Order: sequence, then C-alpha cells, then structure tokens
Amino acid sequence: MSRLDQIFVLLGHWLAGWAPVPVRPLVSAVLAIACIMLVFATCFALTTLAERKLLGRMQNRFGPNRVGPCGLFQPVADGVKMLIKEDIVPFSADKALHFLAPIVLTAPIWLAFAVLPFGRNMTAIDLDAGILFFFAIGSASELAVFMAGWSSQNKYSVVGAMRAIAQMISYEVPLALSTLPALMLAGSLSLNDIVAAQGSYAFGWLARWNAFTPWGLAGLLLFLIAATAESNRSPFDLPEGESEIIAGYLTEYSGFKYALFFLGEYVGLFAGAGLAVTVFLGGWHAPVKGLEWAPSWLWFGGKFAALIFLFIWVRATLPRLRLDQLLNFAWRFLVPLSLVNLLVAAAWYWSGAWPFGAAAPIRWVLCAALFVFPCHWLGGTLRGPGALPRKYNYAE
Amino acid sequence: MLNEIQFLLCASLTLAGAVAAMMLRNLVHCALCAAGAFAGLAALYLQLDAEFVGLAQLLIYVGAIAILIVFTIMLTRGEEIRPGVPIASPSWWVGLPVGALVLACLIGAVMASPSLVRLPAGAVHAPVRKIGEALMNGYVLPLQTIGLLLTAALLGAVVISLREPRNPESKTR
Repeated sequence: MSRLDQIFVLLGHWLAGWAPVPVRPLVSAVLAIACIMLVFATCFALTTLAERKLLGRMQNRFGPNRVGPCGLFQPVADGVKMLIKEDIVPFSADKALHFLAPIVLTAPIWLAFAVLPFGRNMTAIDLDAGILFFFAIGSASELAVFMAGWSSQNKYSVVGAMRAIAQMISYEVPLALSTLPALMLAGSLSLNDIVAAQGSYAFGWLARWNAFTPWGLAGLLLFLIAATAESNRSPFDLPEGESEIIAGYLTEYSGFKYALFFLGEYVGLFAGAGLAVTVFLGGWHAPVKGLEWAPSWLWFGGKFAALIFLFIWVRATLPRLRLDQLLNFAWRFLVPLSLVNLLVAAAWYWSGAWPFGAAAPIRWVLCAALFVFPCHWLGGTLRGPGALPRKYNYAE
Repeated sequence: MLNEIQFLLCASLTLAGAVAAMMLRNLVHCALCAAGAFAGLAALYLQLDAEFVGLAQLLIYVGAIAILIVFTIMLTRGEEIRPGVPIASPSWWVGLPVGALVLACLIGAVMASPSLVRLPAGAVHAPVRKIGEALMNGYVLPLQTIGLLLTAALLGAVVISLREPRNPESKTR
C-alpha cells in the first residue's frame, strides 16, 4: 500500500488532525462532502465541454472553439450565462413547486456518491446496504420531475414529465435487476464487499472483474443501457424531444434553475457510471496483475472516464427512439433478459467446481450461450412478425 | 443532544407532512406532502439504525407509492377543491368514534405485545445479512405467499386495464 495510493486519505487525516478532537468526525465528514462535490462539479464542467467537443468531432464539425485556448473556458462562459439569465416563472405556475423541483432533483443525487468506493479506503460512508441506498436515493428524482412538469402549468411540460416518469420507472427495474447477480455472488449489499470480491486474480494474472464473466458482461451492458435511459440521455431523450414537445418538463425553466436540472442529469449519469465501475469493472482494482503500482483512485477515474466517453459516443451515434419502442424495449427485452442473467449467474456459480481440464473456456462459452440465445430470440420478437403493429390514433 | 435534535427534525417533518397532506386544498400538494411524510418516516427508521427498513421505505413509498398516488390524481382530474367548499365533509363527526376505536385497538395491541419489553440500548443490531437469512429460512413461506398475492394483483390490474375492443372494425371514431 504505497503512500501515493493513500494520498487523499492521509491528507484528509492530516487536515482533520488540526481540528479539536470533539469536532473531528464532523470535520472529516465535511471534508469528504467538499471533495466529492468539488471533484464531480468540476467533472460536470469538463464533461459538458468534452461532450460538445467530441460530438463536434464525431459529426464532422469543430464544436466550441471561441472561448479561451481551444474553447477550454466554454464551461465558465456557460456558467456565467446561466447565472445572469433572467429567471422566468410562468404567471399561472405553482410558484413554490416550480422553485422546489430543481432542488429536490439535484440534492438527493449528490447523496448517491456517499457510498461509492473511489479508491482503497476511500468510501465516504461504508453502508451495510450501500447499493440499496443508491437505488433508494435515485427514486426521489421521479417525484421531482413530476413537480417540475406539473407546476409549470404547461401541456408540453406535463407530457414531458409523464414520459420521463414512465421511462424512469420502466428502466429502474432492469437497472436494479442487472446488478443483482453481482450482489448474490458477492453475498453482500455493501459496495466495498462487492469491490473486494473482485480483487483476486484468475489464472494468476487476470483480475476477477465481474465484467470478465458472461453474466457480468451481460449485466454491464444491460446496466449501461438502463443507466442511459435513467438519465434521459440520447437515444432515450424522449422527455426532452425538442421536435415533439419543445423541451419536456424543462420547457418553462430558465437561468440557474435550468442549469440545476442540467447538473442533476449529468451528476446522475456520473453516479450511474460510478456504480457500473464498482459493480462490474472491479471498482478501483487493476485489470491485470503487475499494474497495481498505479494508485487505486487513478484506476477508478480511468474506468469512469472511459464509461463517460462511451456515453458520449452513444449519444453521437444513435437516433432517438419512439415512445412505444422505448417502453417495449424495457419491458419485453431488458427485464426478461436481466432475469435470464440471474440464471446465467447461477449456472456460472455451479459450474465453478468443474474438475476437468479446459473447464474455464467451455464454461465461459456455455454460460454465454445461455444468455445469447434468449437475447437473440427476444430481439426477434421486438421487430419480427410477432411485434405489435403501430397504431395511429390521430394521424389517419 | 445531537440525537434529540435529529429525532425532532425527522419527527416534525413526518408530522408536518402528514398534517399538510390532510389540510391542503390542492390534491397534488397533498400527495407531495404525503411523500414528505414518508421520507420523514424513513429518516426516523434510519436514525434507529434500521438501515434496511428505512431504505426500503424510501424506495417503495417515496419511489413508488407516491408516484402511484400522483398518477391516480392526474388520471381522475379532481385536482382542486373549490375555494368555497369546506375541506371536511358535513358528516365529519362520524369519523370521530371510528378513529377512537381504531386508536383504542392499536393501543391495546401495542400494550399487549411482548416486543414492548425494553432491551438495553445498543443491543439490537439487524444487518441486512441477518434480515435476508431470516426471510429466506424462517419466513420463506409468508414471503412467497406475499409474492404470489402481489403477482396476482398485478395480473388482475393488467386484465382490468386491457380493454380490448370486441370488433375492431366497428370501433367508432
């Protein structure tokens, strides 16, 4: 355990050591909160810039390049713009709810970071039921979205909020179910224990990340799809489909309230990516033996950044879904598949004791087949002759 | 001292939410206040170190039941009570004996229950692992029964809401 690996922990202890003994726990808690908020707020600013730059790159244009060198100060300009914009509240809006909605949306999302292990000994709260806490906190955002949509007294806002709630409720199910095999095989709901369960090495060199097993890879893919939908990002950004319903529940928001929604969306995405890293990609563990010299928080950050890049890439590449496609995809594809994934995990667990040689690759292929065939079949029902025909209620 | 302050905060949030849910005129406000009361209750559980119960309360009541209530209000279109109409119905006094009876039953049941015996503070600790083991070993039959019942209710709701037109050609437009 090198000094560099523990630098933030030691720094925190050192800083808290200056405080008198009775308030020391309080000081270290405040320090942890400040670090998390500082790091992820910076991440938010950088991600908005990286997203616009990368989207530009992938769509064969420049992206922001006016403010500062290579457009590097664009987030600052955006922030200042948001701050000095007029805050417009519609005349017939429910003023109190209109004011509260962005706060109720943004505040709980920050809590989700409290249970994520960012590195060795770097968990703010080691909760016994960490992952349950994560999902419980996430469930408050639906009410906030409803508050935003309903209080605006605008048809588009309500329609957008309804779309968003339908989408969030639908995709919360596969989001939670896809992490279930990892919890069952680790035998714990604590995120630290889940990370610890992925700490050893198979064959003497390859880390036992869950993503290297068939059920883990499948679970990671299901989780990433559900997390994209949960944070209302393209291709699941129907709640804000601007060509259909202006901007959904954000229609009547401007200025800093809008910025808060924007922040909440991105921070929610960060929390999802952090959970994906923790549950499926080995948390802060190195991928192969011999790379442990790099500090653990660097591994977490690297995997986290890679996932964020993946989200941006998907956004740049895929077109938006239709609402019926979106809900069918959740209930008729993702939910059954995440249940199938439980069976795959069970098969993987019971086949772990196979004694004969070359058991590992055979086991891998068999378990992968157990997932791929239902996947193929369910995918066929989504688009084949069994699919429900599209019904036009008003457009004939 | 800190514990008392925390308890007072959580309790006042719960009570204020519950009272507001009864008294406000706008049904959507009532529903949101009820959600606040649920959250306060969850905070009380968490303060008692009942992690699993508290988080489950948050997940189920704030995440699901509150949304369900809100959707029900939206679908029935009875959001606003008009200003002139009193909140309580004219026969509100009928509720008094019923409420008193329920309260008496509850008090009787609570006073008679063996779990009222005070345990020494700090002796109770229920980690999630223990709850899971109890649910999967001792209480597996009730758990499965509840699961079956909920599934049946879900299927029933789907069947009720699935109004298929008998003859799609003759559907009036």
